Amino acid sequence: MAAKKLNIKDKYRLLTRDLDWDFSYEDPKKAFPYEEFEGIKITDWNKWEDPFRLTMDSYWKYQAEKEKKLYAILDAFSQNNGHLNVVDPRYVNAVKIFLTGVSPLEYQAYQGFAHVGRQFSGVGARVACQMQSLDELRHVQTQIHAMSHYNKFFDGFQEFSHMHDRVWYLSVPRSFFTDARSAGPFEFMIAIGFSFEYVLTNLLFVPFMSGAAHNGDMATVTFGFSAQSDEARHMTLGLEVIKFLLEQHEDNVPIVQKWIDKWFWRGTRLLTIVAMMMDYMLPNKVMSWKEAWEVYFEEAGGALFKDLARYGITMPKYADVIEKEKEHISHQAWWTFYTHGHAAGFHTWIPSDQELDWLSEKYPDTFDKYYRPMWELAKEQEAKGERFYTSGLPQLCQTCQIPMLFTEMDNPNQNSMRDTVFDGERYHFCSDGCCDIFKDEPEKYVQAWLPVHQIFQGNCGGPDVGDILSDYYRMNVGVDNMDIKDSPDEQRWNKWKGVA
Amino acid sequence: MTIEIKTATLEPVRNTFAHIERRFGDKPATRYQEATYDVASEVNFHYRPLWQPEFELNDTGRTAIVMEDWYAFKDPRQFYYGTYVQMRAKQQEVAESNYSFFEKRDLARLIPEEIQKKVIRLLIPLRHVEQAANLNNVYGSSLGYGTAITQALLYNGMDRLGNAQYLSRIGLILDGNSSDSLAEAKRYWMDDAIWQGVRAYCEANICVEDWFESFVAQDVVLDALIYELVYLQFDQWLADNGGQDISMLTEFIQNWNKDTNRWVDSVVKVAAAESDANKQQLEQWISHWKGKAVEALAPLADEMLDAEALSNAVAAMDKRLNKAGLFK
Repeated sequence: MAAKKLNIKDKYRLLTRDLDWDFSYEDPKKAFPYEEFEGIKITDWNKWEDPFRLTMDSYWKYQAEKEKKLYAILDAFSQNNGHLNVVDPRYVNAVKIFLTGVSPLEYQAYQGFAHVGRQFSGVGARVACQMQSLDELRHVQTQIHAMSHYNKFFDGFQEFSHMHDRVWYLSVPRSFFTDARSAGPFEFMIAIGFSFEYVLTNLLFVPFMSGAAHNGDMATVTFGFSAQSDEARHMTLGLEVIKFLLEQHEDNVPIVQKWIDKWFWRGTRLLTIVAMMMDYMLPNKVMSWKEAWEVYFEEAGGALFKDLARYGITMPKYADVIEKEKEHISHQAWWTFYTHGHAAGFHTWIPSDQELDWLSEKYPDTFDKYYRPMWELAKEQEAKGERFYTSGLPQLCQTCQIPMLFTEMDNPNQNSMRDTVFDGERYHFCSDGCCDIFKDEPEKYVQAWLPVHQIFQGNCGGPDVGDILSDYYRMNVGVDNMDIKDSPDEQRWNKWKGVA
Repeated sequence: MTIEIKTATLEPVRNTFAHIERRFGDKPATRYQEATYDVASEVNFHYRPLWQPEFELNDTGRTAIVMEDWYAFKDPRQFYYGTYVQMRAKQQEVAESNYSFFEKRDLARLIPEEIQKKVIRLLIPLRHVEQAANLNNVYGSSLGYGTAITQALLYNGMDRLGNAQYLSRIGLILDGNSSDSLAEAKRYWMDDAIWQGVRAYCEANICVEDWFESFVAQDVVLDALIYELVYLQFDQWLADNGGQDISMLTEFIQNWNKDTNRWVDSVVKVAAAESDANKQQLEQWISHWKGKAVEALAPLADEMLDAEALSNAVAAMDKRLNKAGLFK
């Protein structure tokens, strides 16, 4: 009998979606209990369009080929002391931020997608999420392996997992993801699958990987190339999710819009650290944060929202504020880390004169006016042997958990502070965006484990900041932290390079 | 004689990450170790899940099994993502060549029609059991604790989807891609009396809340019996009755099973050895699910082979459980 040819769509349907059946011995709501509480209405899961049609055998085959190539390069990298090829030891601090701040998010993405990949009752969506879950596990593990070599030669990598759960600035990315995972399954998909993977990935993943490419970091950039096709799959899933939800029922539109507003604001706050990394931590610059924002958000995101307008979706709330922020946030963030450099798990420094000039050129409207004078002052202080560290602990925003370092965007001399009272207590915020998010779900955000509050409540050891850093955070004080100047990292580098 | 290339050696500052060093000492670590141990978060989750406010996001309380260290569940296969996909890729390459060989030579025409019917009624519906296993293992991966066991559960969950797809392809080969055999097998799964016990078992397990219990009901009990019954005994019966070429198409699942049993047995062994309370809990779960599984599989085993077949499968399972330290 001559077999008829099956097209990919039919074949995929038979090999995946046809595997489910209608329960008759148990109530399916008991098997998939979390699909209704968010108010999202799914009328027909069969309308789900599979964003990619990979069967497991092809998945194993493609992914194994990629893994083989990746690990061959990682082996060569460590065999040949590839860390010596980075442009400058300052660069390695960007990699430290990646391993302590971003890789653990990949782990949370694995967990979050496994959860929705079990909980959706629609098999098409479920399987797509399961594959993303497996990919995310790949990413955290390959990142650990790619950066394992740096850990052997530089300080600040060794406690990445312990630090991620505890350290003050790492609670920003951490709480972003625990916020998404603790939400219902559909909000998780809008938060991570759509807002993060589809729209903001180009502003997180790409800057780090391009930074690696421009600064001689073969291990990280090879990981980046290897993960690119996974990311492409994740983006198609994110787009399918939003279209599916919006097409299923008109009542979903306002719920989805609220989540978009929330997660774009949360996302842009999270990206502050990327902004700072791009403008200040890469010795060889890729592009300025402002340029990246314009290309990847304003142009690409603008086109996307034009496309979504037919469903009644509008640009995220506070997009106008975000547009102004691109001029400021990287400078405000690096200044905060520079002045709190004793409490960071990586090194900080004053930009070189050449870098200050680059910043002036890239930020003609703001840098010379507001930020360059601060660095000139820092330079004078340092020249006098009085490198400045602030002694206090910063107040944190109840929602994004970033220190209250941002200013009003129309008046950069004025700190931006908002507050509200809930259940007899006053809570503080960095912005209207964060304050609104709190007001919508105060019961959730009062639970925030704010690192500075916790320190003051005595939950992180102490009493001195030094004790907290070494005992609770497990930082090597005087080694992992402080200025890069005279750090063990710099001393070793000079020895390897034969510089006196 | 050997030649030696001179490379620059730099003395590393440390051999591995601090959490790996605390567990295994100050020496170079394996990739399995660095990818696995202490990667999952343990404290300071900020928000309780809206969908389960009684627990933290990562919480040991979602199962009755209690472990001092959840990383005791070392995978004997040492699978992290890279080793996992590379192993499966090798196995799928063999499977692919088997399937192509079978299709190219049109070996289906050599299988007597009543044997083909038997395959459609008795083997193909197992694709739905694999689907249930996918859900149950992914469930454990998403709500379980510690990367050592949760990553293995995800690999297993994805394997089950793969198995379901291989079983479906057997149907498509037999029906010349009309998919009639899959529709027929699904009707058996939904309505045929011999399948209803198994289907009820699968549906009940998908609703189990304790993720470790769900693992026990699926991977430890049901899989052990089905493996013995179908992939060993029924496979032999097919070979004796003109259906030996079907084995080419189930070889992947057979090898996969052998490999996976090592992991399943080690999980049971480690959990049981941890405490008497765990041992009792496991024995209670296993007795409960074994009773249900035996009842569910009886009509299927009768139809497939004979009454003795199921007791052979039970004996094989009991032996494995005994070796893992249970019921003795």
